[in-house]
This record gives sequence, C-alpha cells and structure tokens, in this order.
Amino acid sequence: MDPVYIYSILSMGGIGAILAIGLGLASKKFHVEVDERITQVEEILPGANCGACGFAGCSSFAQAVINGNTELTGCPVGGEVVADKIAEILGVEGETNETVRAQLLCNGGIKETKKLSNYQGIKTCKAADSINGGTKSCQYSCLGYGDCMEACPFDAITISDNGLPIIDKEKCTGCGKCVTACPKNIIVLAPETKLNHIRCSSHDPGKVVSKICEVGCIGCTLCVKACPVDAITMKDNLAVIDYDKCINCGICSTKCPTNTIEFNGRLIEKLIITDNCVGCTRCKKACPVDAISGEIKKVHEIDQDKCVQCGLCAKVCKVDDAIIVTYKD
Amino acid sequence: MEEFRVVLLVFISTVLINNFILVKFLGICPFLGVSKQVETAFSMGLATTFVMTLTAAATWLINTYILEALNLPFLRYVSFIIVIASLVQFVEMFIRKSSPVLYKALGIFLPLITTNCAILGLALLIPLNGYNFITSVVFGLGAGIGFTLAIVLMAGLRETLEFGDVPETLQGVPITLILAGLMAMAFMGFSGLISI
Repeated sequence: MDPVYIYSILSMGGIGAILAIGLGLASKKFHVEVDERITQVEEILPGANCGACGFAGCSSFAQAVINGNTELTGCPVGGEVVADKIAEILGVEGETNETVRAQLLCNGGIKETKKLSNYQGIKTCKAADSINGGTKSCQYSCLGYGDCMEACPFDAITISDNGLPIIDKEKCTGCGKCVTACPKNIIVLAPETKLNHIRCSSHDPGKVVSKICEVGCIGCTLCVKACPVDAITMKDNLAVIDYDKCINCGICSTKCPTNTIEFNGRLIEKLIITDNCVGCTRCKKACPVDAISGEIKKVHEIDQDKCVQCGLCAKVCKVDDAIIVTYKD
Repeated sequence: MEEFRVVLLVFISTVLINNFILVKFLGICPFLGVSKQVETAFSMGLATTFVMTLTAAATWLINTYILEALNLPFLRYVSFIIVIASLVQFVEMFIRKSSPVLYKALGIFLPLITTNCAILGLALLIPLNGYNFITSVVFGLGAGIGFTLAIVLMAGLRETLEFGDVPETLQGVPITLILAGLMAMAFMGFSGLISI
C-alpha cells in the first residue's frame, strides 16, 4: 500500500485524537452549570434546528423560553404538544398570556356614511388617505380599499359589500399587521375575552357626526354614565373603552342611542342571591353600585332598584348556586 | 537584529498595510455582524486575536513537523480546519466559564469564528509565505490586532452613526457597507508605508 495513505490516516487520526482528548479535558475543567430546565426543554423540542421560531436553533429557543423571552408556543414544528410539555416543565398553565384580536373601531360603511367626492387614484387606503383624507364624509372613517386585507398574513380580513373589513375571529392571530397598515388608525388589538367594542373613532363634535354618519359616536356620554366600573371615558368627543376595566356587562350597548357600541355577550335580566350564600362579603365588595347589603356570615341581599345587572357579583362569587343569573332572551 | 527587524516589519505590515479585513477582505462576516457596540467588538477582536495567535502556532507546528515532514501538503485544509474548530471550541468553553456576559454578547459569532475565513486564510498564508515559527506567531498576533483595530474602528463609527441623520434608504446594512468601503480606501493609504 502506498505509504501516503498510511501517513495520512495516522497523522489526521493522531491530530484528531489529541484535539479530542484536549477538548474532553477542557470541557470537564470549564464545565458550566446550566439551568436543568433548559436541557429538559431541549429534549422535548423536535431538534431539527430549523429556525422557524426565529432563534438560531432549538437550544437558543429553549434558553429564550426559560428566560421568558418568547412564547411557550413559539415552536411551530412542535405545535401544541410541545407547548404543553414546556408549560409542564415551567409549571405554568398552557396559555397564560391574554390573546388579542384585531377590532375595527368604525362601523361607517358605504350605507352609513356619505360620499363627498370621486376618487380615481391608486386603490389603496394609504394613497386615498393622502389626498384630502379620502372620499368619505367622515375623515376618521374606514376607506374600505383593504390595506388591512392586503397586510393580513392569515387571510383573516375580507372587505364586505358595505365597504368595511370583516375580521374573522377564528383566523385572526392578533399579530397587529393590519393595525400598522391602516392609515386611519382605526384598527386596535383588543383582548379576545372582551365583548364590548365602541365602533367609532371620530373626534368630530356630536352635531357634525350625526350629520355625516348614522352610527357614529355623538358624544352623548350616556355610556360613560351607565358604565358601572368607569371603563368608558370621553376623549375629544369620543367615548373610549378601557379594556382593562371593562367587565363585559353590556350595559353601555343598551344605552347607546346610535348603536355605536357593540356587545357580543348576553345581557343579564336579573340577579338573585339564594340561601346558599355563606356571607363572605365578596359580592358586596365587588358591587360597583352598592346594591348588595348583608352582614358577614349571613345571607346577602340585592337591592333590585339599585342593581344595574352588571353581573360582577356573580363573577366573584365562589359558592355554587349562591347567585342565580337570569339572562335576557 | 536582522531577524527582529523582519519580525517587526511583518507585524506592522499585517496590522496596517495588509490588514486582514480592510485590505484582504477576509472575515467580513463578524466585521459587519459584531460591530454595533465598541465593547462587544473589542471582545470579539480579542477572542479572534487569541484564536489567530494560537492557530498560527499550532498550524505552523503541524505543517512543518507533520505535513511537510511526511510530504502531505494536500491535508493542509482538512487538518487546519479541525485545529481551528477545536481551538474555537476551547475558547468558547473558556469564555463561557470566565465571562457569561461576554459569552452572551458575542452570541452566535463566537462559534462562527470557526468558519471565519480570516483564520483559515491566516493558516494557509503561513506556509505560502514561508515564515519561521516566531514570525508565524507574530503574523497571527498582528492579523488579530489588525482585525481588532478594524472592527473597533467600525463599531465606533457605527455608534456615532446611530445619532446621525441617515437617509431612510441607506439605513442599516447599506450605510455600513459604504462605511466599510470608505475605511478600506483609507487603509489603502498605508500601502506605501514600508517596503520589504
């Protein structure tokens, strides 16, 4: 056999072996204690190092998850199964973050608003908006050319015949691309659990709004007064809802004279406290209108005259069947 | 004395005249990737200098006593690469143990020193230039210092540029590349500094 082969194999093998031993010793000497959860998460991950999560590889993703820099559900390959297992390791319950969905804060379609002029330029909201704010009577209104639809990577937005985008709640992931795409800034990300939305963004005075749009906020402040938890405030002639405070009672939607406020839940007809009540006073403390009276450890009572049917007491009550809620419809 | 003169000349010429990044265009990846902050850039430069110096020594020994002695020059690439990879692995372990902050700051670019063409370039240039052991080590050190110099200068410029009024189209990578080009032109001015 040609000695070159033997020399090659021996020399390369020798260099490799020496380096391997050196590195092996060094790894013992320079061993770093790592969070054992990182190794656990790494074992669960698919290990394809595909980078679809946006990190350099599975180990970087594992580190980021443990440090709380990314979502548990960040691994698209592993999907829910992996996310659940990671949640187990971290000791948290699945999805802890509030999921948000895009909400259009305008109901003024072609039917509800007036048209001021003809526009024959490029058919995008951005272009139309740059020319005198579009062709609609309300300068805050949705232009309906579908910039949000174009921006949506999940095909969750379609434009209705009325010229308003319809956001598919199932498809929407709350990524916020439509929010930045909209030149009118009338799309917001609202928590998925919230059922009340004030569908108007107009800061025009009430007189002007009532002339140009059938469903605009006229700034009557009825909702502000009706809200039991002060979640609605007036900001420059527009009622604005604070989703953090809103308790999904829907009272505001019943008061709104222009049907600007949308409520997707069920309205409460009546609330009654039964004998199951143990007198913990939780409901009493929670009631925004002081309609509940009663001593500690005794059955409480709701003053039906004062009660605004917000249902907050039923939500805080921990005892089964202590508060019976009857819904309208 | 003559040898000292040669060593000094090799050193100066690798740092300035034949700067690895700005004249030979080797190691551009970390040059653009890790030059956002002076501090990180400096650490990256130090890590690379360390690897370069060790590589120069190790590859000279391997090349002279194994490859040339056994007449196996065709194994240069393979053997140099495993030596470089092992050295980088070692440096990575060392930095991870001694300075977790630095380890985090360097991130992916630390293991990427392995694939840094400046290092392989250095290892391959040594047998080509026919340096002896001392000169090789100085050559490696000089290359590393030249690398550090270029990357720190770049980081300083980019830090200042953060506050600059850069046209929108040029923001980010384009302006960085323009900067790199201007710096390379500036370094061409050193080419007449000394002649061996």
